[in-house]
Amino acid sequence: MQLGAVNWFYFAAPQRFYRLAGQLLPWCFVLASLLAVWGLYIGLWLAPTDAQQGEAYRIIFVHVPVAWMSMVVYLAMAGWAGVGLVFNSRLASMMACALAPTGALMTFLALWTGALWGKPTWGTWWVWDARLTSELVLLFLYIGFMSLHAAIDDPRRADRAAGLLALVGVVNVPIIYFSVKWWNTLHQGASVSLTKSPSMASTMLLGMLVMALACWAYCIAAALLRVRSIMEREAHTAWVQDLARSA
Amino acid sequence: MSSAGWSDFWHMGGYALYVWGSLGMCAATLLIEVLWLAHRQRKLIELISAGPDSDAGESSP
Amino acid sequence: MSAVTHPKQPAALPVGLLAAVQCIFVRDLRLALRRRADSLSAMLFFVMVVSLFPLGVGPEPGLLRSMAPGVVWVAALLSSMLSLSRLFADDHQDGTLEQLLLGAHPLAFLVLGKIAAHWIGSGLMLTLIAPLLALQFDLAADACGVLVLSLLLGTPVLSLIGAIGAALTVGLRGGSVLLSLLVLPLAVPVLVFGAGAVQAYQAGLGFSAHFSLLGAGLLVSLVAAPWVVRPGSGLLWSRYPQMADFDRKFVMRHPVCNSVR
Repeated sequence: MQLGAVNWFYFAAPQRFYRLAGQLLPWCFVLASLLAVWGLYIGLWLAPTDAQQGEAYRIIFVHVPVAWMSMVVYLAMAGWAGVGLVFNSRLASMMACALAPTGALMTFLALWTGALWGKPTWGTWWVWDARLTSELVLLFLYIGFMSLHAAIDDPRRADRAAGLLALVGVVNVPIIYFSVKWWNTLHQGASVSLTKSPSMASTMLLGMLVMALACWAYCIAAALLRVRSIMEREAHTAWVQDLARSA
Repeated sequence: MSSAGWSDFWHMGGYALYVWGSLGMCAATLLIEVLWLAHRQRKLIELISAGPDSDAGESSP
Repeated sequence: MSAVTHPKQPAALPVGLLAAVQCIFVRDLRLALRRRADSLSAMLFFVMVVSLFPLGVGPEPGLLRSMAPGVVWVAALLSSMLSLSRLFADDHQDGTLEQLLLGAHPLAFLVLGKIAAHWIGSGLMLTLIAPLLALQFDLAADACGVLVLSLLLGTPVLSLIGAIGAALTVGLRGGSVLLSLLVLPLAVPVLVFGAGAVQAYQAGLGFSAHFSLLGAGLLVSLVAAPWVVRPGSGLLWSRYPQMADFDRKFVMRHPVCNSVR
């Protein structure tokens, strides 16, 4: 299908995409590493110590980027699942499945770093903060997606079902966040907000943004790497056999 | 933090456990993920090049 | 199926849409009445879960009174999950579901009839016995009324969202547990607003906002959920390869992405 002069489905063919992914991979990893080094240098060395929280606030340089990425990856996953459903493309569904474990890992890291930030600043390992609670529910959504896909043997049905789940989930995520935020403010006495990060000096903001870009590049790289092995599992097709013979 | 030395850097004002615990877990899990994926890729290529009969590819309709 | 016929609707259907929905609704109610044990066991589970909480946290009345809305709501959520796997399971086994899918009436409306019948057998029953359980927790009568109202608004939403999960997991091995795993995160807002309404009332704040949101959720899921069920139950593609062919020919398809395999 040609929309204007551009063939939007050029890379929907598995061989072409496999080659493209292979070419993009090393660049994404290199970019992620460079940005991470720069971001950590800013965050751990250049940025000044916070008056209230001391050195512990430096955790936000990993906590905020991975939390952002967990949400971005969920959106990307739902987007690719939608493309797979609408255009009946296996490759798009494979991309969604490739993104899921990376997103779940980002969510887990957001929860872990959040807990480690909460302990020195607020005294408890777990705080029923609106954001942390929504991250927990997001983790359940990721796990649900992966479980559903794994539970169905037929790949077409699995793609379809998991894709629908992802789309329903993406509609729900803002609702869940809003409801948890409401719940959190209602029970104001018991809760403290982890989102009260120190007022952002520009260095800190720069560090956070650089780390966020590093995480983004990493997620793209990991997803491309994973989708390549998912594609290789279609071992009975000729192009994979050729690939193996040439490898 | 330009005035602090290396020992202060590692000490992180007493919060070393939390800061390095977070960064360490992030680095460790991301590294494990990449290595595991690369390993899986290599194993799959080996399996496929071993021949079409010897591997259990997934059956698609 | 050598000659694929164009999928046009016949000019006049033997049964109108409303009559068909009513037929499904009455049939499901009748079937549920014949197998009373299913809904009764879900209700018993509800009662048992609610009764177990005081055993776990201690009998102190103040604590129980503040816990009551949350406990009743979580128990209602869990027993709804249990009964939801029944929604499409029996029809899937005896082939009725395929007939419904292949039939001329839009599946979305028929599914609404099924969900309504299912709700009467599960959610409505839970709502009716909730006051008795609230008494166990020494909940005041007016707060109890708010609880019943919140359940009345919230349990249909649970049935509707759960129907999506039931359609996605119909016929699978891990069935019921997987269904709960999928639906519980999606049901978090309903839980928050439902239990929150009673807690807000107990605290002296208004519950109208909670109820408005619950009502909005009900309206949205009433409109949206049945339409997700049809593509969600991908039975046709797995059981009938010819239908996969049919699907590929008449559903939107793009030559480039499907040609190079």
